[in-house]
Amino acid sequence: MDGGERIDLSRPIGDTVKATTCYMCACRCGIKVHLHQGRIRYIEGNKDHPVNKGVLCAKGSAGIMNHYSPARLRKPLKRAGERGSGAFVEIEWEEALTTLAARLAHIRATDPKKLAFFTGRDQSQSLTGWWANQFGTPNFAAHGGFCSVNMAAAGLYTIGGSFWEFGEPDWEHAEYFLMFGVAEDHDSNPIKAGIAKLKARGAKFVSVNPVKTGYQAVADEWIGIAPGTDGLFVMALIHELLKADRIDLDFLVKYTNAPWLVRRDDGLFVRDAAGNPLCWDTRTGNTASALSPDVAPKLVGETTLLDGTRAVPVFELMAARYLSPEYAAEKVADACGVPAATIKRIAAELAHAAFDKQIVLDQPWTDWAGRRHAQTIGRPVAMHAMRGISAHSNGFQTCRAIHILQILLGAIDTPGSWRYKSPFPRPCPPGPKPTGKPEQVAPDKPMGGMPLGFTLGPEDLLLDRDGKPMRIDKAYSWEAPIAAHGLMHMVIANAWAGDPYEIDTLFMYMANMAWNSSMNTSGTMRMLTDKKPDGTYKIPFVVYSDAFASEMVAYADLVLPDTTYLERWDCISLLDRPIGSMEGPGDAIRQPVVEPDRDVRPFQTVLIDLGARLKLPGFTNPDGTPKFPGGYADYIVNHERKPGVGPLAGFRGRDGSKSGVGEPNPKQLERYIENGAFWRHHLEPEQMHYKHANKGYLEAAVKLGLIDKPDQIVMQIYSEPLQKFRNAARGLGAVPCPPEHRARIEHACDPLPFWYPPFEGEMVDTNEFPLHAITQRPMPMYHSWGSQNAWLRQILNDNRLYVNRATAEKQGLADGDWVWIVSHHGRVKGRIKTMEGVNPHTVWTWNAIGKRKGAWNLAEDAHEATRGFLLNHAIAELLPEKGGLGHRYSNSDPVTGQAAWFDLRVRLEKCDPVEAGETAPLHPALQAPPNLPPRPEISRFGAEFKR
Amino acid sequence: MTAYTPPTGKQLGLVIDLDTCVGCHACAVNCKEWNTGGHSAPLPDRDPYGADPTGVWFNRIHTFEAGEGATSRTVHFPKSCLHCAEPLCVEVCPTGASYKRVEDGIVLVNADTCIGCKLCSWACPYGAREFDDDDGVMKKCTLCVDKIYNETLPEADRVPACVSTCPASARHFGDLGDPDSAVSKLVADRGGYELMPELGYKPTNRYLPPRESKAKAGCTGAPAALETRIDPDALHPVLRWVDRILSR
Repeated sequence: MDGGERIDLSRPIGDTVKATTCYMCACRCGIKVHLHQGRIRYIEGNKDHPVNKGVLCAKGSAGIMNHYSPARLRKPLKRAGERGSGAFVEIEWEEALTTLAARLAHIRATDPKKLAFFTGRDQSQSLTGWWANQFGTPNFAAHGGFCSVNMAAAGLYTIGGSFWEFGEPDWEHAEYFLMFGVAEDHDSNPIKAGIAKLKARGAKFVSVNPVKTGYQAVADEWIGIAPGTDGLFVMALIHELLKADRIDLDFLVKYTNAPWLVRRDDGLFVRDAAGNPLCWDTRTGNTASALSPDVAPKLVGETTLLDGTRAVPVFELMAARYLSPEYAAEKVADACGVPAATIKRIAAELAHAAFDKQIVLDQPWTDWAGRRHAQTIGRPVAMHAMRGISAHSNGFQTCRAIHILQILLGAIDTPGSWRYKSPFPRPCPPGPKPTGKPEQVAPDKPMGGMPLGFTLGPEDLLLDRDGKPMRIDKAYSWEAPIAAHGLMHMVIANAWAGDPYEIDTLFMYMANMAWNSSMNTSGTMRMLTDKKPDGTYKIPFVVYSDAFASEMVAYADLVLPDTTYLERWDCISLLDRPIGSMEGPGDAIRQPVVEPDRDVRPFQTVLIDLGARLKLPGFTNPDGTPKFPGGYADYIVNHERKPGVGPLAGFRGRDGSKSGVGEPNPKQLERYIENGAFWRHHLEPEQMHYKHANKGYLEAAVKLGLIDKPDQIVMQIYSEPLQKFRNAARGLGAVPCPPEHRARIEHACDPLPFWYPPFEGEMVDTNEFPLHAITQRPMPMYHSWGSQNAWLRQILNDNRLYVNRATAEKQGLADGDWVWIVSHHGRVKGRIKTMEGVNPHTVWTWNAIGKRKGAWNLAEDAHEATRGFLLNHAIAELLPEKGGLGHRYSNSDPVTGQAAWFDLRVRLEKCDPVEAGETAPLHPALQAPPNLPPRPEISRFGAEFKR
Repeated sequence: MTAYTPPTGKQLGLVIDLDTCVGCHACAVNCKEWNTGGHSAPLPDRDPYGADPTGVWFNRIHTFEAGEGATSRTVHFPKSCLHCAEPLCVEVCPTGASYKRVEDGIVLVNADTCIGCKLCSWACPYGAREFDDDDGVMKKCTLCVDKIYNETLPEADRVPACVSTCPASARHFGDLGDPDSAVSKLVADRGGYELMPELGYKPTNRYLPPRESKAKAGCTGAPAALETRIDPDALHPVLRWVDRILSR
């Protein structure tokens, strides 16, 4: 049969195909975009690309619908009504930029920190941060503070890399994979591909997450842990391993600070005159540099130094801590909701996989001291962790504990374990320090360094002369001393309160702060519109750049419309968040696949234009002309951060023959395009493991400009920077910790990981709020970008609150009931769905489905606005006041300032029947920006390609 | 019933691995993307930005739980046309618009002769047919017939969109009529099964059941617990390591 049908089996997909980088989430997969007569026909994964190797997730495949969204902004907008109403008039770019440049010039000439510049889900932070530096404001960060800074900071201070961004499981060789708190968090395609590989090989996959969706559904074993107790679980595993003496002592001695001597008096390392940490060398019976290869250090036993100070090796402190009965499996089982026998079994399985299934590769390599090793030993236990660890106020120490577990198993950068993604490892922590001390912030001057960095102790904090925070988000103050990504979630609240000071202009990019990216969403909207007695806004001027009519647009005075990701140049830079892998460093570009059909400009090009208008040194030639007249593409090719080092590491040098370091290559972008829009450097086989101590790797990394020195990178079980903050809280050191912060700093800045209950649960009555409430990211969506997409919203446009069936039954709740989700801060109305696979004390919902009426050019009766709800309304940005001090800390990790989204505690109250049917709070519909296209009643997208 | 088995015995189809499918919808959306501009274009979406967005999808993912309590299983179940060997949808079609290709067994609908009577969708027990109420014709999974033979594409790309895009390698494509094909061997190795065989339509697509989970003690070869060598309640438990000297 042929049905009488003629089928054109070999119709070309389109007339053109262009390689670029996806931006439908943060994973930066390579894509090939097929065009037909200038229209986007099909997007597929790029098979050659190191991140996704040809596959593409639902988000990436739905990029067409984001690109052609009727919510795309069309022209610069000037507010024409009350802020928050959505009333705008269109203006020309020249007016927008002239207005903004004049305002910014005044700020810069008077008090540059009155500009708060925060850039959300920005993938160009090496430019935006550098712009802030050139402008002279310390008030810069992107969205890391409310995303995963706990993971980044804990990793970078402990092992010199981190989960996701700077490391990945060795999927090819791992025998055991332990994953914590990952829903659809990064990185999305590689994890799915990796799990498939693991399972095909028969490796075991254990997933720790209160909710059994997504990856959890295919795990061999699901640990439905109580939120915020992962640290306890991990320390109990460590307790078991120590108690059985099933740890890799050799790894500890060679690659970590386990033998370093800690002074009993001040808890700092014993150092020689040159600053080298010391150990007790049993060969000489004396102290010796702990960095020397020629020592046999003592791991246990107190030493009395010549000056009478007593000192003890890190190993002893660590072992004593985790052998403590408080971390026994039986002791933690109830709190974690995990039986003691399960904890003990998993500890046994970890040890079995690491030691009894040891991998021996016949791969010689040379260690940092020049010693040749004939083989490469692997400990095939891999781990990965993300949001479920990160989004708690104990997340930093919990993530550090996971790294300690990896270290004890010798399972860092070995075959089968977690492996560094080059350009990592970098020293723990990497440099540089943050910039923004009082003497660095002055009118009409660059700061002289990047705003964000890594503090090594109290002397690196950004405090004014009264000891108050220099930054509007209070990053690098006593409230968040290692806030390596800033606290974007606190900017609006602090600016509104004038705490620590008032600002003039809030300039934001790509972060929906008036909706799903803020805690206390309703309160945030009020703050953005609140006025002083004189009738002026408390936050005087708000500038926002976005590609879409998101909720935040309505709260801006000036809107700079951005392009979509398919209309722009971008670089995924080694100076920022590159796409390296365990096999070598890499970076990538985006190229314009189509020209904008609206009066919009790429934000980065606009920023460079503003830089030139403001005559910022980095953006201006000595004669005053713009340094990068060709916009972002010009900057990507020609900017040098230091001689020979620019945004892209590939195809450098005049002829494109150099990698890493080399003069700018005028044809660099063409070379990237020829190469599929990415560049990667393949490490030699003997450089690929033990990179932290591999001479071949370290020397190659110096040549490529990835690190400054080829020194061994020693993992920091015991963190001296933390101890320095703790000492300040004990009244020691040159920078005193103010009395009101001392107890908190002393507690949180423990140099060895420990567990403490998340703050909110300690500060509210848990009888009144018995349930944990968390969100999970749906696989096909990336926050608000996904839930506006014509295809993706057919998969999910109405989020329920998922409740354990037994828990719901006890409370007389049934599927479909409308409930009030009540926290100490507020309440949200939503509909429940019962399920089996969720921790009984936990309720959860999908992240960022709920939308404000009128936003995103969705109909006002779209389910996202009427039934979809946002848990954010119930989450406070500040912790309750404690101890009558009047001070309220942010709802964040006390070390890093990471937003503690998942600390939320709630109770459920069944709605009155009259209340059912619609979500609350329900804010008035936003007015759509002028000239958005009408919403089609039907989309026949694709019909035009059938020819 | 009419015999539809192609004389060649060739029967193209999909093998879907429920052991690794995480329910990410990558296959569904890439399918939509390919096919909305492909042979059956378009796959329209009604009310795409309104209260009830409803579109034509050739592949949908159903997620449900099986069992109760902590041992329950979360199942992600992708479903599209199964390209039956004895397709009732073809049998009932009054115009012959629904047909099964003799070359490879793919079940298709000829839009030119489909009268939109929906008898086929009533007949299909798997709910795999999708009515385009805009064009008034029935549409369905074509197994990307305009991709798998497409000579303008590199050989490696000539597989259905859902297969090439699947991040979890949970979808396989091949000739299930050939017992020696890679997909047939995969089905044999993993105990692949057909959906509702009792109905007698002989669906071509196969599902691979989840592998046995390694949750129980002993599954990895490890003991149920580690042997305790140190008494944490001892005065100085760390003394265990006092004489353990290793060189750097």
